[in-house]
Amino acid sequence: MANAASSAGNAAANPSATVTTVQALNWALHDALEADPNVIVFGEDVADAEGGGVMGVTAKLSTQFGTRVRSTPISEMGFVGAGVGAAMAGMRPVVEIMLMNFTAVCMDMITNHAAKLRFMSGGQTSVPLVLRMTTGSGMGAGGQHSDFLEAWFCHTAGLKVVAPSNPRDAYGLMLSAIFDNNPVIFIEHTPSYWASGPAPVRGERIALSQAKIVRAGKDVTVIGYARSLLDSVPVVEKLAGEGIDCELIDLRTVWPPDMDTILSSVAKTGRAVIVHEAVRSCGVGAELSSRIHERLWGQLKAPVQRVAAKDCPVPFSKVLETAFLYSAADIEAAIRKTLT
Amino acid sequence: MSPTTGAPDGAVLVEIYRRMSRIYQNDERFRAMLKSGKLMAIYYPVRGQEVIPAAVSVSLTDRDYITTIYRGVHDMLAKGVPSRLLWAEIAGKAGGACKGKGGAMHITHPPSGCMLTTGVVGASMPIACGLALASQIRGDGRVTVAYFGDGASNIGAFHESLNLASVWKLPVVFVCQNNQFAEHTAYAACTSVARVSDRAAAYSMPGVHVDGNDPAAMYAAARAAIERARSGGGPTLIEAMTFRFHGHYFGDAGHYIPKAQLEAAIASDPYPKFRQSLLQQALATAGELDAIDAQIKLEIDDAVEFAQASPLPDVAELRRDVYDMEIS
Repeated sequence: MANAASSAGNAAANPSATVTTVQALNWALHDALEADPNVIVFGEDVADAEGGGVMGVTAKLSTQFGTRVRSTPISEMGFVGAGVGAAMAGMRPVVEIMLMNFTAVCMDMITNHAAKLRFMSGGQTSVPLVLRMTTGSGMGAGGQHSDFLEAWFCHTAGLKVVAPSNPRDAYGLMLSAIFDNNPVIFIEHTPSYWASGPAPVRGERIALSQAKIVRAGKDVTVIGYARSLLDSVPVVEKLAGEGIDCELIDLRTVWPPDMDTILSSVAKTGRAVIVHEAVRSCGVGAELSSRIHERLWGQLKAPVQRVAAKDCPVPFSKVLETAFLYSAADIEAAIRKTLT
Repeated sequence: MSPTTGAPDGAVLVEIYRRMSRIYQNDERFRAMLKSGKLMAIYYPVRGQEVIPAAVSVSLTDRDYITTIYRGVHDMLAKGVPSRLLWAEIAGKAGGACKGKGGAMHITHPPSGCMLTTGVVGASMPIACGLALASQIRGDGRVTVAYFGDGASNIGAFHESLNLASVWKLPVVFVCQNNQFAEHTAYAACTSVARVSDRAAAYSMPGVHVDGNDPAAMYAAARAAIERARSGGGPTLIEAMTFRFHGHYFGDAGHYIPKAQLEAAIASDPYPKFRQSLLQQALATAGELDAIDAQIKLEIDDAVEFAQASPLPDVAELRRDVYDMEIS
């Protein structure tokens, strides 16, 4: 990861090249900084003197772009607020909130200000801000470093929420997020940071609120994002071997969701399963399930199923942490349940 | 301005008076309209605090930014938000600065540099740091003033913002309007230091304690801090002492304010006092000041009429400005 920015040109030239999500995000930030002087990057330890980011996503950027890439004090309310203010002045700040749980100490800046200032000012000001953050259970990090809290932000009008599942999407979605005129919560999944995938095409954006049909199928629609999409792939493949033909959708932008893709898929299959890493109750799965039921009630062949983490804090001990999250068997069981 | 003492010249003092008159008359009219039931709004009176923003804002241009809090109508008026847009906004009308979607607690008017009125104590400061950061990176020479109250000096955003502004040497001036009450709680009952300005030492920035009801002193303190920020010298914390003549919000009788303290404050009301001072120093004639007052009265009459005639917002506004694209 220390060489994140180094092999850019080669990878772009070679269509079969693979990169990690860390590298892809580094390229996105690099390319945005290069393309637009209004793009600035800051957060804890993001400059090279401090290691180029705790996960290496911002490596070498401060060396190339100087004070447009800055490390901050450990002071989320201060520097996220600074991101809001700089965005109001026309900059495009990309602010790293190291871990998603730390949004809790700057929620006023995110939900009362970034999300609402366009509306409350009658459109006179806007906040084109990206808040990057990483999270995910399975790292043994316990209850304050691992949560998927996307529902908090989906529940606040004015925010967009993005959660890519692979390097190419991470790159394209990050570029779109930076050049979007709304505040975007950009969730990076820690355990899959270093998993390789096809390299992005430099400069190619992926539109927000556009889900991707990863696998077409006719029997059951399975919807996931970030880790839950990755975890659903082998289950769907296994069931395909039994003749259960699932349509797998990578939501990519969690909010606002691509309801057209979801509804047309479920209208076709008549069955849906939503999988997410966040806890079950009042989660994104509940909202999507409700929307599907409201719109497609007469066409559904079975109630929509949700697969999610248990309704408790992320625990430490491995046995508990494993049991906290859904398993592949849970995803499989939910899919089968829609078929009985 | 005198180059040696930093004291304002006569023309500047008269301009400060004009801005004070604008604040005073608007506040009086707001309260009268609320009392008579002709206006329905949540309103945080500013009577007694006229001097601070009037004396600060004369050293700012429209390009400079301010952020303020829900008791911020005086800050907005001093900086130049148009009366019509202000009145229509407070009345919740479509012709308001924010199309009636913000209200008195969220007045915004970027053309005059009025970037934010926040309803959250302390939140004016981190956002001011960001506006100032943009100016620093662009080298555009703008200065940002963050207004807040003494109560906000106890919230975490104060600490984080002053530290960040100091570390990054941001062109921002933190102006604490110490009206001696944090909502209903007296300053000494909730604050660990004798003076808010003492806290500046912890952030390696100048901490200036000034009589915020003295226009000349307030002007000099603000001018020095603004020039320091504009020239790259970094932030300053100014604690401007003042007093709130009314309760926390319109309708709050303020029983928690000791009677003697309130009476003493009203006895040295800065608004008539400054008028008297201008006349005594022969910096303006009574006729000139009356003409200023009369012109502002006309402006408010016009604004009230404009607000009353302005249509109510279309409910379709609920779908607009949530995102940059209208939602369905």
